[in-house]
Amino acid sequence: MESINYQNFRIDAENICVDYNGKVALYDANLRLKPGQICGLVGMNGAGKTTFFNALTGFVNISKGKIRINGESLRSAQKDQTIAYVPQNEGIDSQFPISVWDVVMMGRYGSMNIFRCARESDVQAVKDAIERVDLIDQLSTPIGNLSGGQRKRTFLARAIAQRASILLLDEPFSGVDIRTEKLISELFIQFKNEGKTILLSTHDMIHVREFCDLVLLINKTVVAYGETSEVFTPENITTTFGGISPDFLFGPES
Amino acid sequence: MELCSFLTLDSFIRDPLTHDFMRKALLMSSLVAAVCGLLSSYLTLKGWALMGDAVSHSVMPGVVVAYALGLPFSLGAFIFGVGSVALIGFIKQKSRVKEDTVIGLVFTGFFALGIVLVSKIKSNIDLHSILFGSPLGISLSDVKQTIFISLLVVILLSIFRKDLMLYCFDPRHAKTVGINVFFLHYLLLTCLSLAAVVGLQSVGIILVVAMLITPGATAYLLTDKFDNMTIISVLSAIISSLIGIYVSFWFDLETGGSIVLAQTFIFLFAFLFAPRYGIFKLKKLFADYK
Repeated sequence: MESINYQNFRIDAENICVDYNGKVALYDANLRLKPGQICGLVGMNGAGKTTFFNALTGFVNISKGKIRINGESLRSAQKDQTIAYVPQNEGIDSQFPISVWDVVMMGRYGSMNIFRCARESDVQAVKDAIERVDLIDQLSTPIGNLSGGQRKRTFLARAIAQRASILLLDEPFSGVDIRTEKLISELFIQFKNEGKTILLSTHDMIHVREFCDLVLLINKTVVAYGETSEVFTPENITTTFGGISPDFLFGPES
Repeated sequence: MELCSFLTLDSFIRDPLTHDFMRKALLMSSLVAAVCGLLSSYLTLKGWALMGDAVSHSVMPGVVVAYALGLPFSLGAFIFGVGSVALIGFIKQKSRVKEDTVIGLVFTGFFALGIVLVSKIKSNIDLHSILFGSPLGISLSDVKQTIFISLLVVILLSIFRKDLMLYCFDPRHAKTVGINVFFLHYLLLTCLSLAAVVGLQSVGIILVVAMLITPGATAYLLTDKFDNMTIISVLSAIISSLIGIYVSFWFDLETGGSIVLAQTFIFLFAFLFAPRYGIFKLKKLFADYK
């Protein structure tokens, strides 16, 4: 039997199970992603998408299975700043008294000393990241005064400043304006060319077809996983969404 | 300026300072207010008001036991404060009872235990001073302990200032970049227990939660910057303490209650007149839209 070289995979989640006080949220889920791959995570509300992200960031402990990041443990991936998480707009306190600059600087915290003093290189990384998301004129704006799209871009900038090779994005396109959507699309292409690995959850079929090389359909466990063209079929989608047809979910054109 | 026929502003401020106990009370209460005010920013942003209430009440039996055994009361308070939170977490996890209910029943249980212990343990513990504070009757050993604990909390909060801000704002990101969230959680809890202990000397166990919440809430209405929020919070806490003590001295009022009332009035003032988030400003904003 051919032995698997785990270092080939950026993300290798094997049979992971997560339960919250005995209530199963995700079971026997598998995922393998290589550098430069973009994978869509699709499922109903409560199907375990956020739980999957929580497991991959180490925010919840998995009760069974194994997660390897670049062939190493999750803990060493955290130490190396390998994974960046971009939350949903609803997932953050928008009234928190903090500026765009300070949020993006948080992307550098993991590589700073204990006082989190910014070095010259950190300041440059933050500046570059904010430039890439086109928010340079909003540096000191409190996040509460930003639009949904600008807020999304702020958190993308944090992930860029972190220089993570794996990006986990929870609903990156929800609640954003056209300009932000276009900017995120362009960033995805750049990230792919830079060899970053992206896992994004979305409710939008068109985005899956447009950006994702791979798609992971989940409903508490993996319903189907593979190349988008092969896996993203009406039958699989119907199974994922508990028997509801894709026409009903996304309109007849899709 | 004449305040009353017999009292000028000068003598209003100066006369109390001729008393040793007043100087001590003003200094210690300001220190305690500063510590609680500093912590208050984090608690307000983290949404830990109820947790502050729980911990501050739960330290009661710890204080009593420590007094009885001749140990530093901070030690007893710390054990029971953190213990109550651990118990809250345990019951919440193992039962279907909702979190706010669990918090309510655990801290009242601890508090009741404290009251029963006071009545049982024959010692010189003054229940009234624990419940309502006694900033005017603070002993020398209490002064030393208060200064030590206050410094400890300020140093801890200063070292981990940014980490705690991140923990309050986005704990998942903190975890993702390898920051020890478990440590930060218990650090904040430890500071909360310690601040409750020093705070209860000023205003007593029942009102100490006000010291831990009100200054932060006031500051939250006045700024959009975290650093400014901590500064405003600390200042408003110190000013309230000074006002409270002076007013209680001149009008013969309960000191703890006066301090907390002063805080409440400052909050109400911010609530009405804050330049951005005051209700008058918001009303005007809506009127402009029409």
